[in-house]
Amino acid sequence: MSFFKKLKEKITQQTDTVTEKFKDGLTKTRDSFVGAMNDLVKNYRSVDEEFFEELEELLISADVGVVTVMELIDELKDVARTRNIKSSEELQPVISEKLAELLQKSEEDTRVNIQENGMTVILFVGVNGVGKTTTIGKLANKYKQEGKSVLLAAGDTFRAGAIEQLEVWGERVGVDVIKQQSGSDPAAVMFDAVQAAKSRGVDVLLCDTAGRLQNKVNLMNELEKVKRVIEREVPGAPHEVLLVLDATTGQNAMNQAKTFGKATDVSGIVLTKLDGTAKGGIVLAIRHELDIPVKFVGLGEKVDDLQEFEAEQFVYGLFSEVLEEAETE
Amino acid sequence: MAFEGLADRLQSTLSKIKGKGKVTEADVKTMMREVRLALLEADVNFKVVKDFIANVKERAVGQEVLKSLTPGQQVIKVVNEELTKLMGGEQSKIAVAKKPPTVVMMVGLQGAGKTTTTGKLANHLRKSYNRKPLLVAADIYRPAAIKQLETLGTQLDMPVFSLGDQVSPVEIAKQAIEKAKEEHHDYVLIDTAGRLHIDESLMGELQQVKDAVNPDEILLVVDAMTGQDAVNVAESFNEQLDITGVVLTKLDGDTRGGAALSVKAVTNTPVKFAGMGEKLDALEPFHPDRMASRILGMGDVLTLIEKAQTTVDEEKARELEKKMRTADITFDDFLDQLSQVRNMGPLDELLGMMPGANKMKGLKNVQVDEKQIGHIEAIVRSMTKAEKENPSILNASRRKRIAKGSGTSIQEVNRLIKQFDEMKKMMKQMSGMTAKGKKKGKLKFPFM
Repeated sequence: MSFFKKLKEKITQQTDTVTEKFKDGLTKTRDSFVGAMNDLVKNYRSVDEEFFEELEELLISADVGVVTVMELIDELKDVARTRNIKSSEELQPVISEKLAELLQKSEEDTRVNIQENGMTVILFVGVNGVGKTTTIGKLANKYKQEGKSVLLAAGDTFRAGAIEQLEVWGERVGVDVIKQQSGSDPAAVMFDAVQAAKSRGVDVLLCDTAGRLQNKVNLMNELEKVKRVIEREVPGAPHEVLLVLDATTGQNAMNQAKTFGKATDVSGIVLTKLDGTAKGGIVLAIRHELDIPVKFVGLGEKVDDLQEFEAEQFVYGLFSEVLEEAETE
Repeated sequence: MAFEGLADRLQSTLSKIKGKGKVTEADVKTMMREVRLALLEADVNFKVVKDFIANVKERAVGQEVLKSLTPGQQVIKVVNEELTKLMGGEQSKIAVAKKPPTVVMMVGLQGAGKTTTTGKLANHLRKSYNRKPLLVAADIYRPAAIKQLETLGTQLDMPVFSLGDQVSPVEIAKQAIEKAKEEHHDYVLIDTAGRLHIDESLMGELQQVKDAVNPDEILLVVDAMTGQDAVNVAESFNEQLDITGVVLTKLDGDTRGGAALSVKAVTNTPVKFAGMGEKLDALEPFHPDRMASRILGMGDVLTLIEKAQTTVDEEKARELEKKMRTADITFDDFLDQLSQVRNMGPLDELLGMMPGANKMKGLKNVQVDEKQIGHIEAIVRSMTKAEKENPSILNASRRKRIAKGSGTSIQEVNRLIKQFDEMKKMMKQMSGMTAKGKKKGKLKFPFM
């Protein structure tokens, strides 16, 4: 259990509130996932074909994704064979460890690329209804709290009420919103917003865009144009292109990440509504199959429930029971 | 598409066991594993998949598959039939109250598309049934949700009832019904706030609204892209509210939409509508059989044919059919066909409906660029009458002129002419085939 011990040490160095947030937000996933895992180990004492089939189903049911699951199962079968593991109880820690490894994969940077000097431009993209505008509202609040000056760009000129929704957030948080009329060219809005941000010398410019399904070529082209305008007006910008994903989405999340990634060079993922789903497994699939780091996770509806993603915290949130058991041993 | 369709997968499995002469029970088992994976990749809930596979296995191991000469096709047929059956078979319509107004409540998670669907449904009711709906803005939580419905109301030129965001949804719903009675609206569509199915206090609020207005229809709006959790969401909404139907949104994306199957299996209520686009007329009645094909990645031929029937000019088609048989098609006919096909909708959507389209060489992962079609049109329009009727006179200098005139390149012109020639060749072959056949097979769908 040295792996988990190390993890525990890392965690304790950090503030308790963050740990609690992750623990709370992941309650549903943990209860259903870890609970089911324990049941599985109880029901299938020996490690055989049947056990692996059940495990496979368990992982798939958590939206981990068929490809990732298949690879994981193969690896586990290998481990079981080489280490001659016969009982499921013995295998359980190996499973947890493997999952944790997946989450921590590489030393990729999950920090947001905030410019020390000068303006940071963040562009938000994603399909309809994932929570782009809400995420922007929450992030605006976060950066404002940190003492930065923030400006919002109402780039969703298509959906009815989208501009108003961002304005309400602007009022709540106390930051300005640059907008045009509904139906106007989003690239033009971005141009205005960038100019305004430059002349006001703001620290952070958060750019909203209309939700779009990734298979609509025209709309994806529009998004590329929006990005081009920002690139042209501010060298080096956008400093982040964040793809907002709904955690309840299934395997289509992969398609979304791939297509949006191609069109706009997505630099990070915001995973929203994680508290509402018992299937946080999509995080695993994303980390395993794509090279895009998860940068924020939405763990609740409150303004400060949008947290920077930390693999260790996430693993801890997921396996806190296993960890505590390990401690008492 | 990230994953190939079930048909491809089965084919590759079968090619491994080909030459055995006989398909054994073990082979069926491997095939079933492929079916299972295909369904799981389509986000069908794993519990639903389990039951389903058990059913199909029974039929598949029986005589009808093993003795068949094309066991792969048989398996797909069985799977498709069972899927359709599971999804309710028949198409299901929206309720009508004996005494108007019919009250419809829209419920669901955040971001599923309730407000947009409310607008679309209102439009559908007016267009298809000549009804006069009243839209009710009862989402008092999300910023600007009321404004969103009001904007939709303006776009549709329909009244929206709202009392601002300081009045409880129960009160809003009650007063809305009164207002609907006074003003003789025959439908009342209540848009409620999105909520997590595990949020007890907000779910309780929905129950209060339900008790207060006694709706004839409670529609659960579900995002077609939802993963394994769709079952839990549907189950808890159904438990607490007794939903009467489901609306599946964002089906115009490239998701397989396995959620449809899960939701139906758990709630045993029919999927009534499907959201197929961003515009307000993009709500369609749900067809279980077509959804079955989609989940399996088999394309949607029925919708394609239907679209063709409503947009293709019959007379022109017949004329063209004759020309095609004799293979004396001109560039003018070509242009005609192109515009007719374009009338049917975006090309990539049409391609998605064609079975095996993603398997065809050159069509795989094709991003049909409408702009390119525009180029083709420009090229043909830059030809003289003589050139259109007799493409063989197109020499280098003519091609150069056409490229200049259409603002394209000579390469593009060359490519088009080559494609056109190949099409003609193909038609000659086809006409040879139909001449030999007993019946003169009517070419229902030319050009493609």
